[in-house]
Amino acid sequence: MSGKRKKTKQVETEMKVKITWKEIKRQKVLLFWSAIIVIYGFIFYYLPLGGWIMAFQDYKPAKGLLHSEFIGFDKFIQLFSDETFIRVIRNTLAMGVINLVITFVMAILFAILLNEIRQRRTKKVIQTISYLPHFLSWIIVTGILHDALSGTGIINEVLRNLHLIDHSIDFFAHPSYFWPIVAFANVWKETGWNAIIYLSAITAIDPSLYEAASIDGAGRMAKIMHVTLPGIKSTIIILLLMNVGNVLNAGFEIQYLLGNGLVKSVSETIDIYVLKWGISQGDYAMGTAAGIFKSVVSIVLIVIANQVAKRSGEERLY
Amino acid sequence: MESTENEKKRRKKSSKADVAFTVFNSIFMVLFVIVTLYPVLNTLAISLNDGTDALRGGIHLLPRKFTWKNYTTVLEKNNLITGAVITVARTVIGTLTALVTNAILAFIVSRPRFMFRKQLSLFWVITMYVNGGLIPTFILFKGLGLTNSFWVYIIPGMISAFNMLVIRTYMNGLPDSLVESAQLDGAGYTTIFIKIISPLCKPVYATVALFVAVGQWNSWFDAMLYNRMSNEYTTLQYELMKLLSAVTNIGSTAETMKNTAGAVTPASVRAAATIITMLPIICIYPFLQKYFVTGLTLGGVKE
Repeated sequence: MSGKRKKTKQVETEMKVKITWKEIKRQKVLLFWSAIIVIYGFIFYYLPLGGWIMAFQDYKPAKGLLHSEFIGFDKFIQLFSDETFIRVIRNTLAMGVINLVITFVMAILFAILLNEIRQRRTKKVIQTISYLPHFLSWIIVTGILHDALSGTGIINEVLRNLHLIDHSIDFFAHPSYFWPIVAFANVWKETGWNAIIYLSAITAIDPSLYEAASIDGAGRMAKIMHVTLPGIKSTIIILLLMNVGNVLNAGFEIQYLLGNGLVKSVSETIDIYVLKWGISQGDYAMGTAAGIFKSVVSIVLIVIANQVAKRSGEERLY
Repeated sequence: MESTENEKKRRKKSSKADVAFTVFNSIFMVLFVIVTLYPVLNTLAISLNDGTDALRGGIHLLPRKFTWKNYTTVLEKNNLITGAVITVARTVIGTLTALVTNAILAFIVSRPRFMFRKQLSLFWVITMYVNGGLIPTFILFKGLGLTNSFWVYIIPGMISAFNMLVIRTYMNGLPDSLVESAQLDGAGYTTIFIKIISPLCKPVYATVALFVAVGQWNSWFDAMLYNRMSNEYTTLQYELMKLLSAVTNIGSTAETMKNTAGAVTPASVRAAATIITMLPIICIYPFLQKYFVTGLTLGGVKE
């Protein structure tokens, strides 16, 4: 204990290093590399922020950022009077929330159930298999989904054999199937991966709590409800809050790859909208405006999540 | 007396519930494994099956009419070969450069005496939450001459705040005494980084290398966005995506398939290309498990 305190104190005094010529000379290697890294970071991460100006301009690529005419919030007004944009926001939010909730529940459920497997080898094998889909690209995953859900695919075959349907369902032709398919794909791809962090949280639970519960006559279900779940509660809350800020980021690749003309009304997300307007239509200003809207909402969500985390007495997120 | 009786009853009840739980859990795990593995094995079976025959459906875990034709077709496609070469190149070069730069940055911000320690950390943490977005980035890359170029796969991704934080957290956990004694011996920062810190950081370097390599191997959007016009910089995943859209656009109707000469179809060729693309990762990841588990737990500790 005292050793720890001593160490933090030492670090604290070290942090208050005065900027003197001697120090600068001593740290010149660090300063040199920092300078290069900061220049790099400025160009690749901060300079694009300057591009936000475009959204307030009648941007013409030929004139560039400096000479295009300013038009105020016209592009944003145009954006919000576009019915497609409103629908795109709805799709992004809906899929973001559905995916967040379902992948969360599945990862926790999987982690808890896997932890209950007594045979170490079986457990290890299942866990190794569970990571596999995480390492596959969305291109591969959507290809696999296409096969599985096609007319001759396994899903239709199973449904037919169970006599639940007479004719194959064309899953990609009906808007009502799209969101569930996306949710399922996310669960399939990430459940094992997301469970890693819960499994490590579960291993950190004090074993004596389980012993005490056993003496009290608790069954396995009771132990899960009263020991395991409370034990990983704070991990769950932190991860949930961290992901809330990402809700709007939940959709691009899979929607872009799986979407088609028939399900456009439910598949298009903000990112796809940006891509369409910005790159395909060449209206950079409109694309940027939509992008800014998304960034601002995301930042607000992150700040709110952080406040909630602080209130609930959990560690801060940033 | 009565209480022990009750106790027994409760035990019995709970053990019955436990058995039910075990049964449920086993069924759940079996289903989980089947759902995870089946699509992959099914793709493998289709890739080894005669293309036209596969259109009839009904192929599950084993090919019905075995052939290597799909694979030989894939290997004859020049685009796919180029894609494979570029993908390997970007994975190797991209991983090495990203590892070196992230490690240098992490080393700098983990020096307790460094004068801009906090500011430099913050500078990068901000990038995790705010970014210019697709269009400004696209314009910037165009301006920098990164479009229609191989380097668009390497340069923009050299530093990632998340990976830097993972390495930094690990470096902060190393004992100070090692560095202090080296400094007493007159070692400079470069020597400390290369000779003392880096050898100790092998596990975390492996973790970050794995994250970056998988990302490089799997990305396709940059190829589509920036190098659409340059076939010489195409990637495996992007070629796979083109195959996928070829399959979905044509549709697997029997009529279009009659026109295809020979025993391969877009679907069967795609299955073969999919297997080739996923094979390297599937072979490697089971041996690196301990690295990504530590990486995820370290990444959770942010400042």
